[in-house]
Amino acid sequence: MGKTLFEKIWNKHRIKDLPDGSTLLYIDRHLVHEVTSPQAFEGIRLAGYTVRSPHLAVATMDHNVPTTEDRFSIEDPVSRSQVEALRKNCADFGIKLFDIGDDHQGIVHVIGPETGITLPGLTIVCGDSHTSTHGAFGALAFGIGTSEVEHVLVTQTLVQRKPSTIKVEFNGRLGPHIFSKDMVLKMIGIIGTAGGSGSVLEYCGEAVSALSMEARMTMCNMSIEGGARAGMIAPDDTTFSYISSRKRPYAPKGEALDRALAYWRTLPSDADAVFDRSITIDAARIAPQITWGTNPGMVIDIDQPIPEPGFAENYSRSDVENALAYMGLKPGTKMTDVPVDVVFIGSCTNSRIEDLRQAAAILKGRKKAEHVQLLVVPGSHQVRLQAEAEGLDKIFMAAGAQWRYAGCSMCLAMNPDQLQPQQRAASTSNRNFEGRQGKDGRTHLVSPEMAAAAAVNGKFVDIRQWKETS
Amino acid sequence: MKPFTTHTGIVATLNRANVDTDAIIPKQFLKSIKRTGYGPNAFFDWRYTLDGNPNPDFELNQQRFKDRSILVARNNFGCGSSREHAVWALVQDGYQVIIAPGKDMGEKSLPAFADIFRINAAKNGLLVVELSEDQVDEIFGFVERHSGLKATIDLVQQQIVLQVDPPQVFEFEVEPAIKEQLLKGLDDIAQTLRYETDIARFEENHDPLGP
Repeated sequence: MGKTLFEKIWNKHRIKDLPDGSTLLYIDRHLVHEVTSPQAFEGIRLAGYTVRSPHLAVATMDHNVPTTEDRFSIEDPVSRSQVEALRKNCADFGIKLFDIGDDHQGIVHVIGPETGITLPGLTIVCGDSHTSTHGAFGALAFGIGTSEVEHVLVTQTLVQRKPSTIKVEFNGRLGPHIFSKDMVLKMIGIIGTAGGSGSVLEYCGEAVSALSMEARMTMCNMSIEGGARAGMIAPDDTTFSYISSRKRPYAPKGEALDRALAYWRTLPSDADAVFDRSITIDAARIAPQITWGTNPGMVIDIDQPIPEPGFAENYSRSDVENALAYMGLKPGTKMTDVPVDVVFIGSCTNSRIEDLRQAAAILKGRKKAEHVQLLVVPGSHQVRLQAEAEGLDKIFMAAGAQWRYAGCSMCLAMNPDQLQPQQRAASTSNRNFEGRQGKDGRTHLVSPEMAAAAAVNGKFVDIRQWKETS
Repeated sequence: MKPFTTHTGIVATLNRANVDTDAIIPKQFLKSIKRTGYGPNAFFDWRYTLDGNPNPDFELNQQRFKDRSILVARNNFGCGSSREHAVWALVQDGYQVIIAPGKDMGEKSLPAFADIFRINAAKNGLLVVELSEDQVDEIFGFVERHSGLKATIDLVQQQIVLQVDPPQVFEFEVEPAIKEQLLKGLDDIAQTLRYETDIARFEENHDPLGP
């Protein structure tokens, strides 16, 4: 019987099957950020452990960092001490750090792929649930808690229960102005936020193969919002040309690359591989998606009304009532009638160069609505430089946007970028949880084009129609 | 880690599905570099009003739940962010057991707890118990009718006993690995280091970029 992409990587990294049914798994790459690591380093010091393979870990600061010009001086003393702790921990234990001001600083899930740290066939972990992003390269990548961060630092392994596999096939081609953000939101709407629990998703089909690496990362990034441990896409020529096309300091080159390529071509799931479950979605019928509630599964097509309590798939009457009370919305409302206060373009979901190009194409020659605050936050310093080289920064600023430095920013609002109570945001990020972007803030998840168009109109728009009428 | 064998305590209910880790511990408390001090901030945005007083409308602020140590919630508890701070907050706020229902979806069922949360819980001696939706509905009913209801959770026997007359018994499943870890209070890093020879041998032969 053939093997899936996931099984091939799992088997290659299986050190030992343990008597209790779990597996000791080898970890190839460990990404570290300031929020979920200090307690792990503290544990190592207290127990007198050492970091086994510091060269397999790479760190950056992204969650706490201000994204303004004065980002080097963090005002909040608690945030500052967390950033300083990471500096000290990396220095003490010999871990490479992309510090604030480094050309490669940025959101950990943006810089991994960009520097060539993320490669097909690897096991990659990080104390961050959106580590699923790296699965876009055909790697097995998943988020872990701080105890597991410590475990990986000390042993370069994790003890894991083997997940099941779900094949998610997108047939057909996407329509105009429909993106991988819409594909993954559509899927989460179908399976629910727990639908992928205990599983690794493999995305495939014509619409997935046609996606760029940036778009694939958006898709795999949000696998966790469907409850899955990881999302994966088979590596192909799109993957290989991404890895070899630009200066990626950590990617193999020359003969090493040729050897790796030969191996990577063996990774895709075999034709007769068996998945535990399968889902098929017709890509051609996907409309622009927008969330109306307080988790990513509470999502509709932009031209559908907000559901009545008791009539939302996967959600009870009280789930819907609670969500709508928090969001300040009524059932039956069309989202295109709802005004926005803040537009956030950024996050590990949608802050890569292609996302910024899409937003810029909408904003070019236009201005944001007067009452809207528009924030464009590139995912990494490299993305920022690339965008500036292409003149995108000028388009954003001419449209009235704030053009920022790299960081997680308003996705989780740990730095000063936060929604005020009751402010409503169109956000290209990944979570519309209560309070996520600021206490009592109201988040609607959309694609970069939808977010940019909402900034111009001052309310949500159906991007398909907006193009025709403007 | 302190071993977990049995626990008796007051049962509180939180009638919400998809309680995410942002709700359990909001981001402003993630800036700490310590492992302690999270307890009073568990469920912060629900628990306190804007002026910092306990929110009388929040279910867990009811007087009858004051000394609770067992929480019963709904499906997909602990979803979202991987932040282990969520588990630290619950444990430091006095919770020792969380009970939630799996969700029956016909041909498949969805687990009660999100994957990363479930793993984080085991690392911190917090027992998470999955029951059926009907069983959890029953417990919600008992808590509603019996103020200060206590339960005993016996991990060895894999049983929950509600202290009503007659006592109500619910049996539960638990992963063998997690049961062993909790019962013995094992340090998982020390456990893994027993396999040092296997790890070293694996590393010698492992080529991450080749077959």
